[in-house]
Amino acid sequence: MAETTETNGQAPVSTLPRSSVRYADTSLLRTNFADTIVEIKEALGEITIIAKRDGLLALLMHLRDEPKLRFNYLADIGGVDLGEFAEPRFAVAYQLYSIELNHRLRVKVLIEEGDATVPSACGIWKAANWLEREIYDMFGIHFDNHPDLRRILMPADYEGHPLRKDFPLKGY
Amino acid sequence: MQSVREIRVPTTAVVDPAFARKPDPLADQLMTISLGPQHPSTHGVLRLELVLDGETVVSTIPDIGYLHTGMEKTMEKERWQQVVTITCRMDYLNSMGNDLGYCLAAEKLLGVEVPKYAQDLRVLFCELNRLSSHLVWFGTHAMDMGAMTGFFYAFIQREKILDLYECATGARLHQSYFAIGGARWALPTSFHGLCEDFLEGFPAFLEECKKLVTGNRIFQRRTQGVGVIKKENAINWALSGPTIRGSGVNWDIRKAEPYSGYDTYDFHVPVYEDGDVWSRYLCRMEEMEESHKICVEALKRVKQPGPHLSNHPKLKIPDRDLMKQHIDVMIHHFLIASEGFTIPPGEVYQSIESARGELGYYLISDGDIKPYRVRVRAPSYVNLAALPEMVEGSLLADVVAVIGSIDIVLGDVDR
Amino acid sequence: MGLESTIGEVLPDVLTTSLDSLVNWARKSSLWPATFGLACCAIEMMAMTDARNDVARFGAEVFRASPRQADVMIVAGRVSIKMAPVLRRIYDQMPEPKWVISMGVCASAGGVFNNYAIVQGVDKVVPVDIFVPGCPPRPEGLIYAVMKLQEKIERERVFVSEDYVQAA
Repeated sequence: MAETTETNGQAPVSTLPRSSVRYADTSLLRTNFADTIVEIKEALGEITIIAKRDGLLALLMHLRDEPKLRFNYLADIGGVDLGEFAEPRFAVAYQLYSIELNHRLRVKVLIEEGDATVPSACGIWKAANWLEREIYDMFGIHFDNHPDLRRILMPADYEGHPLRKDFPLKGY
Repeated sequence: MQSVREIRVPTTAVVDPAFARKPDPLADQLMTISLGPQHPSTHGVLRLELVLDGETVVSTIPDIGYLHTGMEKTMEKERWQQVVTITCRMDYLNSMGNDLGYCLAAEKLLGVEVPKYAQDLRVLFCELNRLSSHLVWFGTHAMDMGAMTGFFYAFIQREKILDLYECATGARLHQSYFAIGGARWALPTSFHGLCEDFLEGFPAFLEECKKLVTGNRIFQRRTQGVGVIKKENAINWALSGPTIRGSGVNWDIRKAEPYSGYDTYDFHVPVYEDGDVWSRYLCRMEEMEESHKICVEALKRVKQPGPHLSNHPKLKIPDRDLMKQHIDVMIHHFLIASEGFTIPPGEVYQSIESARGELGYYLISDGDIKPYRVRVRAPSYVNLAALPEMVEGSLLADVVAVIGSIDIVLGDVDR
Repeated sequence: MGLESTIGEVLPDVLTTSLDSLVNWARKSSLWPATFGLACCAIEMMAMTDARNDVARFGAEVFRASPRQADVMIVAGRVSIKMAPVLRRIYDQMPEPKWVISMGVCASAGGVFNNYAIVQGVDKVVPVDIFVPGCPPRPEGLIYAVMKLQEKIERERVFVSEDYVQAA
């Protein structure tokens, strides 16, 4: 823990302005993870890393442990269906946050419908457990090595994945 | 704090051999019980599968989804402005905060500046909402511990806040007051006096609460050292709101990433180190004081009226006189009224500090009149995931205390 | 005239009434609702019992956690397809006579959530006596529903002949 979080003071957690990863760091990422990172985009003040599935866990681990990045807080994992006929069809977006350094980052993985599997991030952040289960429930995306991959919101015997675009609003 | 719950058992028990009990065949067996989904202390329709060794919890499997409403799917079918009616039904105790998070995300995508008056309105109502949400938490949490009176006291104050909502928006619970670009209308003049009256009486109520519940020894013994989660773990589980601040992490999105002009208000963030139910309780109680402070300041600011909605052509309904003179203005009005507006393609993640923690909206637009995807990062959902770790090894009765202390709202968990 | 006046003259402290009105009076004056809060409406249901609204004035404030002790089930909120079997089981656990109030538009007709997850009206699962409109209904609205239910109970019959059942 950095000193900024230890203090019980009234000042904001960090004196850094709200910012995403600095460019120097992303270039470093680009060279270190050249095989994994497809693209680094900046839009609306947010940085998105588009990554491949291979080496994703190593990238996430690096983002968490690298002292200049320290993304120790997994805010969210969101699934996206890019469209019934889109190639690749699904995206999984990890919203990362660093409590110490007060910056955010999004890591996005694109996956094909035929092979909708992502390595589970449960070993890196415990919070990933339920978030991944929800994506499995809602999109039917598998997470490898997940400790307890079951449906979470829909009944266990439910058929279909509601948030897919080809799933009708009123169900089957 | 750890050594507080120590049960003293008489060491010398004289048992007549004639009455000596036969060994209980169930003595070393585990028992599985199902708590909920219809149980008054689970705050809704949460179901827990508890494996018990006597009174001690060995493992917990939460079973959620009994209130799954398909909101994320429904939002994809609503127009941009209409989504607000869905978001406020999600976390129904903190409905204004839910609307705000969505509006901020959409405004970021659209690139709209919200007028100062609307920002102050938003702060005022979000903080009133935090108060009314914490009041329900206070009442029900105390009730779970067997203190019925706190509930009635809290609801007297809550009704006053609901009156304020009603005065300003016309609704008690689902206000849908915020719109993309500001608020739907300006405050009525009668609001200021009502709000002043309420804010004046509120500190006295908080003092009463302190006497009634905080100072209560039974309450203290039932909460201190119970449901402990340490700092590292709390961050790893991505807890947020008072639940993480009770574990000694000084992180509040209102301070860390200010929105709606929170950086111009003077308030402090209560942090407690122990990570137990008691710390979380103190955090929320102190948070109410701070919210009250912000409300007083925000009320002062909203007395200066100004535009309540942005002037952005997609949001502002055209002037009625101009509409009668120019056909293009008329068409513009017709478009806004009939099909809404489009938002340029893009994706954005915007989070706010709701009464329960980080409420995030991951919004994707494909340039249509409806959002392509609205992903909600619900604070209760993520906080609840850590429940099994918090209650492991504690007594069954403490499970109820821990559930109360993370202050889940099942509408927020299941969405 | 008749038996009542004769008894009234001989035994002044005896009151005659029909069995129906006596039993119905007892039933309607002490309705015990089952605690069945589902969603937003549950908050307004809680508000119904608070100091301002105080449903105790109408004898319906004793919320029971166990359905086996309850007379009336207030379905307060949206019923998901996962909850529907649970709801039915709770209804079945309640002893006769029992009544159901469907509180709010979600429970009554699905409300704004016309989608895959929500049962479009709780009357598909259990028989409903009173529907309360609103999203959510105000506590006053719910109290009015309780009063309407009391009126309905007053009209009930304790012993129903077989002819009556067949006719109905």
